[in-house]
Amino acid sequence: MWDYSETVKEHFYNPRNAGPMADANAIGEVGSISCGDALRLMLKVEPESEKILDASFQTFGCGSAIASSSALTEMIKGKTLTEALDVSNQDIADFLGGLPPEKMHCSVMGREALQSAVANFRGEEWKDDHEEGALICKCFAIDSVMIEDTIRANNLCSVEQVTNYTKAGGGCSSCHEGIEELLAKVMAERGETFSPAPPPPKTKPGKLSTLERIRRIEQVIEKARPNLIRDHGDIELVDVDGKTIYVSMKGACSGCQMEALTLGGIQQQMIEALGEIVKVVPVKAVAPTKLPA
Amino acid sequence: MSALPPIYLDNNATTRCAPEAVAAMLPYFTEQFGNPSSMHSFGAKVGHEVKAARASLQKLIGAEYDSEIVYTAGGTEADNTAILSALKASPDRKEIITTTVEHHAVLHLCDQLEKDGYIIHKLKVDGKGRLSLDEYRKLLTDKVAVVSVMWANNETGTFFPVEEMARMARDANVLFHTDAVQAVGKVEINMAESAIDMLSLSGHKLHGPKGIGALYLRRGSRFRPLLRGGGQERGRRAGTENVPAIIGLGIAAQIAREHMAFENTQVRALRDKLQAGILAAVPNAFATGDVDNRLPNTLNIAFEYVEGEAILMLLNKQGIAASSGSACTSGSLEPSHVMRAMGIPYTAAHGTIRFSLSRENTEDEIDRVIAAVPPIIAQLRKLSPYWGENGPITDPEKAFAPTYA
Repeated sequence: MWDYSETVKEHFYNPRNAGPMADANAIGEVGSISCGDALRLMLKVEPESEKILDASFQTFGCGSAIASSSALTEMIKGKTLTEALDVSNQDIADFLGGLPPEKMHCSVMGREALQSAVANFRGEEWKDDHEEGALICKCFAIDSVMIEDTIRANNLCSVEQVTNYTKAGGGCSSCHEGIEELLAKVMAERGETFSPAPPPPKTKPGKLSTLERIRRIEQVIEKARPNLIRDHGDIELVDVDGKTIYVSMKGACSGCQMEALTLGGIQQQMIEALGEIVKVVPVKAVAPTKLPA
Repeated sequence: MSALPPIYLDNNATTRCAPEAVAAMLPYFTEQFGNPSSMHSFGAKVGHEVKAARASLQKLIGAEYDSEIVYTAGGTEADNTAILSALKASPDRKEIITTTVEHHAVLHLCDQLEKDGYIIHKLKVDGKGRLSLDEYRKLLTDKVAVVSVMWANNETGTFFPVEEMARMARDANVLFHTDAVQAVGKVEINMAESAIDMLSLSGHKLHGPKGIGALYLRRGSRFRPLLRGGGQERGRRAGTENVPAIIGLGIAAQIAREHMAFENTQVRALRDKLQAGILAAVPNAFATGDVDNRLPNTLNIAFEYVEGEAILMLLNKQGIAASSGSACTSGSLEPSHVMRAMGIPYTAAHGTIRFSLSRENTEDEIDRVIAAVPPIIAQLRKLSPYWGENGPITDPEKAFAPTYA
């Protein structure tokens, strides 16, 4: 059973403005019976002011499709066409107190019916770019068409990238198998093979000059300092010896119980900035000459 | 919810666990907590009762030996075990025969196996959901590892000729599995006289508890376990037995056997009354499936030009519980694969409602449903752009033709 809000149920059980309108002068029809939902939106528009005097609907569809249609007619009555076009599908969903992710397309259909009706009134032709696939990510309501298009347009090759571009897979992560299948399919189209391993880091070890390397190390240290200073501590770069980076923890940071955690975080940032595995080691002494060889 | 008591007509989804079964289970959560494998008195008593429960289930399906029953966590595990075992036992055979209308427990497993390189033959059905045995016969070769065909369809109740198909498979030296989750407890089954090698059943479909099912495995059938570990179920399904559920299923099996005749007379009569009552009062509606050859408790009606979820919500408001093959109830865009396989047009497939009865339903309840349905359909058709004053809009000039299809 869907977890419909009370408003959705109310608009489904007692739909507003339902039924045909004999003197409508703007009619929008969207959906199809094969998809399981279809909507005819009828408006009576005052020609001079383009004000919507009355609105009604006929809908073939589920509870939330009927509720979305009912909500839409209530929201746009009294508005001008231009004002009405500002109503987004999210506005319809919000008006209804939210919709389950699987049902967001019902609000999209309402919004599209409105665009279609306005086009009909203005004598334009409304072309929808609407294509919908199977719902993959339930946390963020992202469907397969959206994911495939994004993979194609951006040459993506990992689940992580798909999440960064579309949010899909960024929640409970149960849909990662589905995302991998889409990746495999689209990558096969461009002659590549999907591999579940993360993409190799862009910077290869040894590629940096010594100067660039030191600069990046300093940048990471500088980035970390404000937070530490706020906690009455500080950090200073002491020396770099191959893959070992020596730092000195100062003030409250010195001997702090969280020192290991702080250094762990900094070490992780170093690894990312340099594209190689390095170790961040705290030292008490400041003079580099006293360091172990 | 209305003030009237609710009416439950969704027994193919799950049933109420019989109170006798619940009562019998309770001691196994408290005093009788022992592990039947243990070598002490805590375990011994429990082991004895598990044996009795197994015998009761054996009797319900007419199995020759009680060791032919392997308890699982449910119908899905039994289905997966049967098919994967057959593949493992015959690694040279890379083909599976099944049907387009199986339960997802079989169909989605087969889809995955197809990705892994197996060849899946899905037998098609006609408009009434019937198979062609000629098509089946041609596919039965020595490349086929297993045939998996359901006994009765969960959506329409339609029976498949599994006994005949199993004999054909045996003649071709191919293993035969049937998902009998909807049939066990509702129709007579006699495995001792059958050619079926493996049969899946589920406790909660026959007034037993959830989380328990069984795979009937004919003695001598080649088998490879899905779960390995301890020696439970004679090494065929590792893991400590779900003792309370096994006990509950034993009681449920006994009660089901006692009600077998009732199910096929009284329950069937109520189902037939419901069908006749609704179809007499609602135009543009028809029963789907092979109506002369189906489960006694199942009725699936397609209401044209209205959508199933909307019907269910209005039924639910009056306390009536049923289910639908519409796309919206599942969150997918396609209506039920069973309705699509039968070629039911979209105008009707989205409006299919399944009423599945049980021995607990009364004639008063059926009368209430017969009275409730027609106004609900009329109310939704009034909202539908595909419906005119008195029927579907057929005049192409006035027909609803939305922007995209």
